[in-house]
Amino acid sequence: MAQLAYLRDVATLSLEAGKCIGCALCEIVCPHAVFAMVEGIAVIGDRDACMECGACARNCPTEAIYVKVGVGCAAAVISDALGIKSACCSVDASEPLENGESASSCGCC
Amino acid sequence: MRERPDFISGTIETPIGPVPGVRSDLSLRDRLGTWKVRWRIGRMSYTVPPGLYALGTPDAASEVLVTANFKLTFDQVRRALPGEHFWILVLDTKGINVWCAAGKGTFGTVELLHQIESTRLADVVGHRRLLLPQLGAPGVAAHRVKKESGFKVLYGPIMARDLPAFIAAGMEAAPEMRRKTFPLGERIVLIPIELIGTLRYLIPVMALFGLLSGLGGPGEYWANVASFGIPGAISLLAGVVAGAVIVPLLLPWLPGRPFSVKGVWPGLAAAGLTFLWLGSGLATLSGCLEAAAWLLMVTTLSAFLGMNFTGSSTYTSLSGVRKEMRIAVPLQVGAAAIGLILWFSSRLTA
Repeated sequence: MAQLAYLRDVATLSLEAGKCIGCALCEIVCPHAVFAMVEGIAVIGDRDACMECGACARNCPTEAIYVKVGVGCAAAVISDALGIKSACCSVDASEPLENGESASSCGCC
Repeated sequence: MRERPDFISGTIETPIGPVPGVRSDLSLRDRLGTWKVRWRIGRMSYTVPPGLYALGTPDAASEVLVTANFKLTFDQVRRALPGEHFWILVLDTKGINVWCAAGKGTFGTVELLHQIESTRLADVVGHRRLLLPQLGAPGVAAHRVKKESGFKVLYGPIMARDLPAFIAAGMEAAPEMRRKTFPLGERIVLIPIELIGTLRYLIPVMALFGLLSGLGGPGEYWANVASFGIPGAISLLAGVVAGAVIVPLLLPWLPGRPFSVKGVWPGLAAAGLTFLWLGSGLATLSGCLEAAAWLLMVTTLSAFLGMNFTGSSTYTSLSGVRKEMRIAVPLQVGAAAIGLILWFSSRLTA
């Protein structure tokens, strides 16, 4: 199967190698194998594969990883631009939506 | 009194009292429920009550699997380990799957700590380990869970079906268990939701085009509707099939990285095929204008729907989607506007 890859040179991911303690959690949690452990320290390998889910940064105990977390969803970007609080994804993932019992309306969730 | 859900098989006794036991097989009703959710039939909320459940007959040494309270997710977990003995801790994710809920923060550190506390998990199990799905990691900070509750978070495989192999390997995941792919089967199950979500908005638009097309043209109102409106409505439908069915199906093979570009190719094909089938030909000015109008509008519709599929895909970033949209949305708006003008012109020249 053809390899699925999104746009190049857009991901906001960065790593401060000096803070890394080599716990390898970033390598474990990344769903696109962006990180590799080299001589006990995390390095960013395939940066373009990053989808900015934020799993690595959330689980880094020393805050060595920065990524601007968001959901790569055009419908969410449109809802956000129009000021609609979507029942599904929110562009700003830092603030959980209060959508009660309603399940999502799009395919992603 | 509420009817007992049929995935419950009884209760098992623990130091904190009875805990509901769950079946590891799916009933016909479970499967029907999954199908209805995929087609968005009936209620939108398909949840199981949060809390602690027993799979098999677990004891104080059994591992704890943490999952979401979306029933489709819960079903995948309980069917993954037939004949085994586990605790299942269900977080309240408001009926959303693990990955999306983790992105929103409902499958998160705070809710996990809350469920550990409210189910008195520390009194049920003797160890201090939790097995979480890897896709829960965007919401859960393992080091904070450890610090606050004493429980060590282990991230298991992405898919519940890989749990037996993961456990057999001594809680080690093979690299492919940790990579989120987007295979054909996963794309196909999204098609019904994409289709239904789109048609809800598009059927009124199709009707509007149909009614407007009666206003211009050589014949009487309803004759014009039949000769221009119905082909128009079918063209729109072809655009929906291109963007909401063909794009998911052929995603890896459609040229271009931006999803809006991927949507252009099936859109062009759909416009071409409907023109060959139902178009009024290029012999008249009106026919040319009409053909150009539908070429623009159908292709744009497919490109837009392709772009919308970013939200359902498993590998697009917000930065990428924003970059794509900065270019694609103005082009789509422009093309749709020109298409509309051409179409109205074709009606006036017919």
